[in-house]
Amino acid sequence: MVQGCGAPVGGLPLDGVKVEIEAVVQGRVVRADESPVDGAYVRLLDRTGEFTAEVRTSPEGHFRFFAGDGSWTLRTLAPGAATVDTVVDAATGSVVEALITV
Amino acid sequence: MPRETALVTADWVEEHLDDPTVVLVEVDEDTTAYDKGHLRGAVKLDWTTDLQDQVRRDFVAKDRFAELLSERGIDNDHTVVLYGGNNNWFAAYAYWYFTLYGHADVRLLDGGRKKWELDSRELTDELPQRAATSYRAEEQDLSLRAFRDEVVAAIGTQNLVDVRSPDEYAGRLLAPAHLPQEQAQRAGHIPTALNVPWSKAANDDGTFRSDDELRTLYADAGIDWSKDTIAYCRIGERSSHTWFVLRELLGQDHVKNYDGSWTEYGSLVGVPVALGDERGEA
Repeated sequence: MVQGCGAPVGGLPLDGVKVEIEAVVQGRVVRADESPVDGAYVRLLDRTGEFTAEVRTSPEGHFRFFAGDGSWTLRTLAPGAATVDTVVDAATGSVVEALITV
Repeated sequence: MPRETALVTADWVEEHLDDPTVVLVEVDEDTTAYDKGHLRGAVKLDWTTDLQDQVRRDFVAKDRFAELLSERGIDNDHTVVLYGGNNNWFAAYAYWYFTLYGHADVRLLDGGRKKWELDSRELTDELPQRAATSYRAEEQDLSLRAFRDEVVAAIGTQNLVDVRSPDEYAGRLLAPAHLPQEQAQRAGHIPTALNVPWSKAANDDGTFRSDDELRTLYADAGIDWSKDTIAYCRIGERSSHTWFVLRELLGQDHVKNYDGSWTEYGSLVGVPVALGDERGEA
């Protein structure tokens, strides 16, 4: 099951990912003109706001986390942009797609 | 003050890009990051191939470490400045590793690659040419490195600091969330360990918090400054970050990093494991 979160974003391929045992949170970081942001930092914060992981976006603006069941916050830092927080709900066996505009 | 000898700012590094006594060394979790762009003049160390024995789970031996640094053009009297991505996790690991093998002057770039990139400072893909040296490594300083038996003995007697995220500590996750969660070992933490996630010691841009903030952080978490301390995480890199804070920034003398960390401890037969957010009993 793919759980949408915002507009379809042409998600990162899931080849090699055991989706059935993972709670995947992934997506793209884009500018207002929809161009991808290479080298943004996306932080995954747990339900208490505590840092859990961080990744740097790919040249296409993609990122991915393997979270757990429940509510998570994606905190995005990009050069020359204000920090953006996005709340998502993850569940084992599903993929959350998030489109983040900075 | 320890901070001045252990940590350098991005401005300091820019001023020393052409200083022949300074060698910049990039160490990243993503071992391809250097190839896409690095600080001018920086050499690369690959933590998976350069710093790990390729057969057994251990570090490269003293002679191999000396050979490696000689090949990269690093000499005993160089000031080595380490930096990397992921908030300097692996750069801090390399800092600990260089210290373990007795390098005299090693420092960390505050904020690492992330701060450098967020500041939009210069990166290059040009590879540096450095003349080989004849580096001499010391025997490992085992006062900095903890092994499994002393970790088990430390339960309830020393400060054990689990620096993983709260969900890993409680057993709700088995690995940092940018990695797949399928792992062989049991979930949870070493009984009596405090949970002070490494990230609490850093600002969002990856720089370290002030000494006062750091002292308060560990004191509030319940660390007993009169006791020896062992830090651990999953494979020993995030706990190097905390080892750096406790020993190099706050000047605590008796701090060890347990590089076996949870991937070893969580696979041991018969050792106690605590689940959930509480520390657990000795």
